[in-house]
Amino acid sequence: MKVHFDSIGMRFGGVRVLDDINLSVNAGEFVCILGPSGCGKSTLLNIVGGFVTPTEGRVTIDGEPVTGPDPRRIFVFQERGVFPWLTVEENIGFGLFRQKDDEKRARIARYVQLVGLQGFERSYPRELSGGMKQRLEVARALAVDPDVLYLDEPFGALDSITRLQMRRELLRIWQAERKTILFVTHDIEESVQLADRVVVLSARPGRVRRVVDVNLAHPRDLSDPRYIALRDEIFGEIGLAHQI
Amino acid sequence: MLGIAVAVAAWQLAVAASPRTLVPTPWQTLRAIGELAEKGLLVRYVVASLFRVTWGYLAAVAVAVPAGVTLGLSRRGDSAVNPILQILRPISPLAWIPIGILWFGVGDAAAIFLIFLASVLPLTTATVEAVHNLEGVHLAAGRNFGLSHAELVRSVVVPGILPQLIVAMRITLGIAWLVVVAAEMIAVNSGLGFLIVDARNAGNRYDLVVAGMVLIGLIGIGLDLLMRRLERLPSVRWGYAAE
Amino acid sequence: MLGLVLLAFWALAVVVSGTKIFPSPMDVVRGLLELARRKLLWAYMGDSLFRVACGYLAAVAIGIPVGLAMGWWSSLARAANPVIQMLRPISPLAWMPLAVIWFGVSNLAPIFLIFLASVFPIIVATMNGVRNVPPMYVQAGRNFGLSTRALITRVLFPAILPRILVGLRIAFGVAWLVLVAAEMIAVDSGLGYLIIDARNAGKRYDLVVGGMLLIGLLGLILDTLIRRAETLRAVRWAFHE
Repeated sequence: MKVHFDSIGMRFGGVRVLDDINLSVNAGEFVCILGPSGCGKSTLLNIVGGFVTPTEGRVTIDGEPVTGPDPRRIFVFQERGVFPWLTVEENIGFGLFRQKDDEKRARIARYVQLVGLQGFERSYPRELSGGMKQRLEVARALAVDPDVLYLDEPFGALDSITRLQMRRELLRIWQAERKTILFVTHDIEESVQLADRVVVLSARPGRVRRVVDVNLAHPRDLSDPRYIALRDEIFGEIGLAHQI
Repeated sequence: MLGIAVAVAAWQLAVAASPRTLVPTPWQTLRAIGELAEKGLLVRYVVASLFRVTWGYLAAVAVAVPAGVTLGLSRRGDSAVNPILQILRPISPLAWIPIGILWFGVGDAAAIFLIFLASVLPLTTATVEAVHNLEGVHLAAGRNFGLSHAELVRSVVVPGILPQLIVAMRITLGIAWLVVVAAEMIAVNSGLGFLIVDARNAGNRYDLVVAGMVLIGLIGIGLDLLMRRLERLPSVRWGYAAE
Repeated sequence: MLGLVLLAFWALAVVVSGTKIFPSPMDVVRGLLELARRKLLWAYMGDSLFRVACGYLAAVAIGIPVGLAMGWWSSLARAANPVIQMLRPISPLAWMPLAVIWFGVSNLAPIFLIFLASVFPIIVATMNGVRNVPPMYVQAGRNFGLSTRALITRVLFPAILPRILVGLRIAFGVAWLVLVAAEMIAVDSGLGYLIIDARNAGKRYDLVVGGMLLIGLLGLILDTLIRRAETLRAVRWAFHE
């Protein structure tokens, strides 16, 4: 067991946004936290990321309580988290200030390669597309070799074609690097395509409504009846018929 | 509030700690303001300074905004006039003092001319920039609905540039206030700037000097607050949402 | 090109109006040459540049760290901001008599005024810059394990540098304006002094206009230099979409 949420509750002033969240995530597991807007799922990720202290309960990782952000666990924002004043390679090298120069260069080269940004090493983020910026932010996170990645609706700002490509990329990287991933999204299809387990939160205050195991091997066939059944089950859980 | 109290206390202490200083205490400064009020100079000088700023500044707004909108919408006009503005702008408005006196004599008109000069160039430049920053789609939408040129200016361009314009107007008013003080120190014989120079030259009355500084500061804050009030109007608040 | 048209217009206006006082472009050139012969031209320009450089650079050196600190620690800003807001609207020139008490009639008085004129815009621009840094930049910096110092130098400072530059340009405009006024009142050298002296001592309007042109020209050059800084690699990201 890698990450453990122990009765997490959160209030902002008088408003209760999270209530009694209990959840365990295994090492190397890909877990999606799914819920409607405003259900507190981003707050939950900020709590486990160490940016926000919960009002109740605590999070432990490898048995140690989380007290603040930690370079062993990197938070990936939507592509807005890349530093616009640094080039692609400078962004990837941002967290490598403890490494020796040649080690740093080797890692930068490796992750430029891994996320397919060859030829753009000296480019600035403003010269990149949204998808490229997103891959850059993932590369910056991976370069410090963290155990866990936190992704907060990372593909929300991308167009739907790029979004599909990015999901495939992320799965490829996850399988290559075997990180534990906590992925927040409001997109039902996205969660079923990506995750080993989908944690469905209720609307405010956020509670764990259901945890759905997705026992499908990658690559997943989106016309597979078992995929469709799981997807529709979650649609039903959230109270939507899957039709327009 | 606390910060100000501490600053005033520090002022008092600093004066008390240096016995031979010419700098007055806060209390002496307050009494000096009282003395000015008794002699009737307080109102006269404040009104004189405000009168000059108001007319010079309003004349600048009245010229700069229409000129800026026209230049902003006309590429050719802009490329013809912009170089002139850029040459005139770095000439400190105070450098025009002798010319102002030559043309208008020693008096209100010269000071108003300087304030006009100090305000009109930055305001015109800011208006042109604001017009250039307008969303192209807003202009296109306006044209799409069949607005004439005048209607387009009135109902799309002016509301669109207002938020940026008001910020520029606030900054420019600060500069105009700075210039009036300088102009009054050099070119005329009334107003708060004159008070400061005169109090020093005629008998080293440093209590009056500092009283003048306090009044200048208070009026400066007042003018700034007034302009900030404009920034809260609903018709411009949308422009600052990101800040 | 346009400059030539303006010059011609100016020369023509002087001839047509038949003025005996306002100088023609040729008068101005002759006046400036005379100044150069009397070795005053370079001396005055040097004095003005020296004063503005000292006052302005001191304001940069103090204003940026103070603004950073006030943006970062909101309690500091709460304590110091009212004082700054109170001092800021006092026209820097109003400090002139006090500057003369403190520093005498010397270079220090105008330098102090220029410092006062430029330090507040720099502090305010830096502080607002820090407050407007997207919080996720700071979070990302913390996440990678940066110390507070590294966070300030590697994240905060580069993120606000473009805003600081804009503040520096505004501050320079005010500094330039104050320089001229201070030289008119407090000292007996420099371009501001040249203008007021030329008028008072014999109504030499050719020298007045010559001084104005020099002030404009130097101001334009310095402003262009600061604008050039906006194309530097470190800040280009914010200015060119």
